[in-house]
Amino acid sequence: MSYIIDRRLNSKDKSAVNRQRFIKRYKKHIKQAVSDAVSKRSITDMERGENIGIPQQDISEPAFGHGKGGVRERVLPGNKDFVTGDRIKRPDSGGGRGAGGGSASDAGEGMDEFVFQITQDEFLEFMFEDLELPNLVRRQLAASETFKLVKAGISEEGTPNQLNVVRSMRSAYARRIALGAKKRRRVREIIAELETADGSILVALQQELEELQRKLGNIPFIDDFDLKYNIQKKQPQPTSKAVMFCLMDVSGSMNQRTKDIAKRFFILLYLFLQRNYEKTDVVFIRHHSTAKEVDEQEFFYSRETGGTVVSSALKLMQEIVDDRYPVSEWNIYGAQASDGDNWTNDSSICHDLLANELLPLLQYYCYIEITDRGHQELWNYYEKLAEQHGDAFALRDIEDYADIYPVFRELFQRQADKQKHSQLAGL
Amino acid sequence: MAVISESSEWTFELIEKYDTEIARIAKSYGLETYPNQIEIIRSDQMMDAYASVGMPIGYNHWSFGKEFLNVERGYQRGQMGLAYEIVINSDPCVAYLMEENSMMMQALVIAHACYGHNSFFKNNYLFKSWTDASSIIDYLVFARKFIADCEERHGALEVERILDSCHALRNYGTDRYKRPYPISAAEEKARQEERAEYIQRQLNDLWRTIPRSKSSAATSEVARFPSEPQENLLYFIEKNAPLLEPWQREIVRIVRKIAQYFYPQRQTQVMNEGWATFWHYTILNDLFDQGLVTEGFMLEFLHSHSSVVAQPAFDSPYFSGINPYALGFAMMRDIRRICESPTDEDKHWFPDLAGSDWLSSLHFAMQNYKDESFIQQYLSPTVIRDFQLYYITDNDRSDAIEVSAIHNENGYRQVRDTLAQHYNLSAQEPDIQVYDVDVRGDRSLSLHHQQNSRRPLNRNSEEVLKHLHRLWGFDVYLFSYNGDEVTETIRVPGKGLSLV
Repeated sequence: MSYIIDRRLNSKDKSAVNRQRFIKRYKKHIKQAVSDAVSKRSITDMERGENIGIPQQDISEPAFGHGKGGVRERVLPGNKDFVTGDRIKRPDSGGGRGAGGGSASDAGEGMDEFVFQITQDEFLEFMFEDLELPNLVRRQLAASETFKLVKAGISEEGTPNQLNVVRSMRSAYARRIALGAKKRRRVREIIAELETADGSILVALQQELEELQRKLGNIPFIDDFDLKYNIQKKQPQPTSKAVMFCLMDVSGSMNQRTKDIAKRFFILLYLFLQRNYEKTDVVFIRHHSTAKEVDEQEFFYSRETGGTVVSSALKLMQEIVDDRYPVSEWNIYGAQASDGDNWTNDSSICHDLLANELLPLLQYYCYIEITDRGHQELWNYYEKLAEQHGDAFALRDIEDYADIYPVFRELFQRQADKQKHSQLAGL
Repeated sequence: MAVISESSEWTFELIEKYDTEIARIAKSYGLETYPNQIEIIRSDQMMDAYASVGMPIGYNHWSFGKEFLNVERGYQRGQMGLAYEIVINSDPCVAYLMEENSMMMQALVIAHACYGHNSFFKNNYLFKSWTDASSIIDYLVFARKFIADCEERHGALEVERILDSCHALRNYGTDRYKRPYPISAAEEKARQEERAEYIQRQLNDLWRTIPRSKSSAATSEVARFPSEPQENLLYFIEKNAPLLEPWQREIVRIVRKIAQYFYPQRQTQVMNEGWATFWHYTILNDLFDQGLVTEGFMLEFLHSHSSVVAQPAFDSPYFSGINPYALGFAMMRDIRRICESPTDEDKHWFPDLAGSDWLSSLHFAMQNYKDESFIQQYLSPTVIRDFQLYYITDNDRSDAIEVSAIHNENGYRQVRDTLAQHYNLSAQEPDIQVYDVDVRGDRSLSLHHQQNSRRPLNRNSEEVLKHLHRLWGFDVYLFSYNGDEVTETIRVPGKGLSLV
């Protein structure tokens, strides 16, 4: 006797829990691998999974076994021309081939890394773990697309699509029991009496029985007032609306490499925002001697050069904020990338603009300088800003591709972690 | 009779028809089975089944996740195909069929797993005495729930640590020298609390710190504990480790019991696969002889059958040890040949077998042997010649490997003896036993390893001892003996850490 069962519709990912546990256990390794991968990858390539390699030794499950040495006896198939007493030269170390190794150990040489795939989601998860936008304040209950439907109990009235089948059936069942209880009790009595009764009593009893059963049959299975409906209520959700200004210098002094590094930094930033916050606007401003608001495509890929006036970008940013992003509704962030060159005397204007006009409106502003030369005027002015507005302003410099990711992490580290770090440093 | 199907596509009706015919033929050969539960699954479900080492329900542990990632990667890169089937020793016997298989493959798998393996599970003495097919699923459900509860109560990390340590020792969780009681889920549950309490009482006695009467303290010959060496390390831990909580003991027990369930499978690979392969071969040929399947079906079948029973030579790049399917199948067929048309050589080597009824002789062999004794008893000169088996000795004190015997008159017995030893677990795994516990002193645990042919322990041993140390709670020593001489001593925690 055989039973044939179709299990193909059973749920997927029975191993998901175990897989998750494995990933959790080797988090450190995976984080390291992700971090390495980010600095090596090209920008168009940020959003895919990754092969993670972990040294076989770190994840082995130890067990007692025989080591090398002593006397080993083996039987092998396929002898062609050996005869008893032949002596064969021992294969070189490891004995991998032929007479030596074979099936002896499956954790053998050659496989020194345990390699497996993580998905794109997991990749980004590890990439942005512990990061957040600094000083995010939940500003307002915005009007649109922020309602959540929540259950609000059971009602007697509603539309058919809200019908609660279980509750309806339950109340129908209760009603049927209640309406029929008396009659059913009588039916049981009559059936018991029938055995002893005879003559006219018997006929009367049988008539009563039929009548009762007809009445019982008339109790409707389900009635209008049995129906119960789920009610749902719209609940407004607080949203975290944030806008991020990306400012980049595209002047003649920025060569292809520095531009490329800046692009990567912004792309990282962009992915991070898209991932972490549902409602996040991004404004791209590129500048040389004049500033211009552009779309994403143009920001990263169009070519244009000229002189450098950083304050032009800051002014444009201020205009856009005044125009479209009222401070009462939006959290505003700024990120600026530059090689540090600026028009003489413009840096002090930048300092004043930021200190007096912009920073009071902003949650956070970060500046990265991509250069392997010494710092210039702009950096010096910005350093003053950082001293005065430690919470809301930060600056770092990047020298090479490999610095991008660590600097990014440093800038956007969770506040709590950051405090811990600085406390440690203080000690 | 009419051909059952022409197309290579399977349907549920066809599977049922094939199953009926295969069952009929299997019955005519006296194959006695548990009822079959044939489950059709997707390939990713097959990977899940792989990762849980064939347990249909398993507790959660990262090592299964590692196995899953490994299988997934191998499969996606095309480095390995998935097995066509997995079969579980339970009652009813669960067999998984992959939906990608052709109709022929499904029929082959049904014959192989549902009638071959199934009848082996039901009738082989090792399975009969070590496992209880009717309760294994219940037990696994119990184990999964118990471990999940422990995770909730004591934290996943704590549970994971205990499981890690138990897994390191799981090959040392069976009584090798005496017969066990089969596990039963209902009893397990009922007795669990009772056991926890009982053990605690026993322990308190063993570790009593109140001074004994003078007479026993005065005797210099203190009785050793345990009085006899114990090969079942996990059992010893479960019953005697001083610091474990009751729930931790139960986890040790779960790992031990599940290891015990797999113990017969580890010892009957050649026989089990040989038996199942012999029967799918015989049954499908009968289907063809009776006109139930087409020639195309048979060609496809022979193609996959011959790749299953291929044995690459030792110098082939595909060589990875002796193929249990090939050896088992050859030996099963050879037994039939010896019974039906024995040569003079066979009559000399197998006087009782030659000329006997092949079917009952084959059933007898299947029921009463494990790989080691099966090869020792039935490996004939014919099979040794067919496989061109030869036997080498690799002695690290000599500068070359010596060919000790080949497939000739003088060599048959030696080749047979040595090959049988390949399948002897007690020769393949280091012989490690609990020898002594310093009950009156520092509570340290001493293990003795008796070397087999001077073979030392591998480099993992210290890691394993760390796990043992975690379970035991006090110092652990391992003495490796070559004869009477200790050649290596490992102590955990290492000397640098200890306060001595």
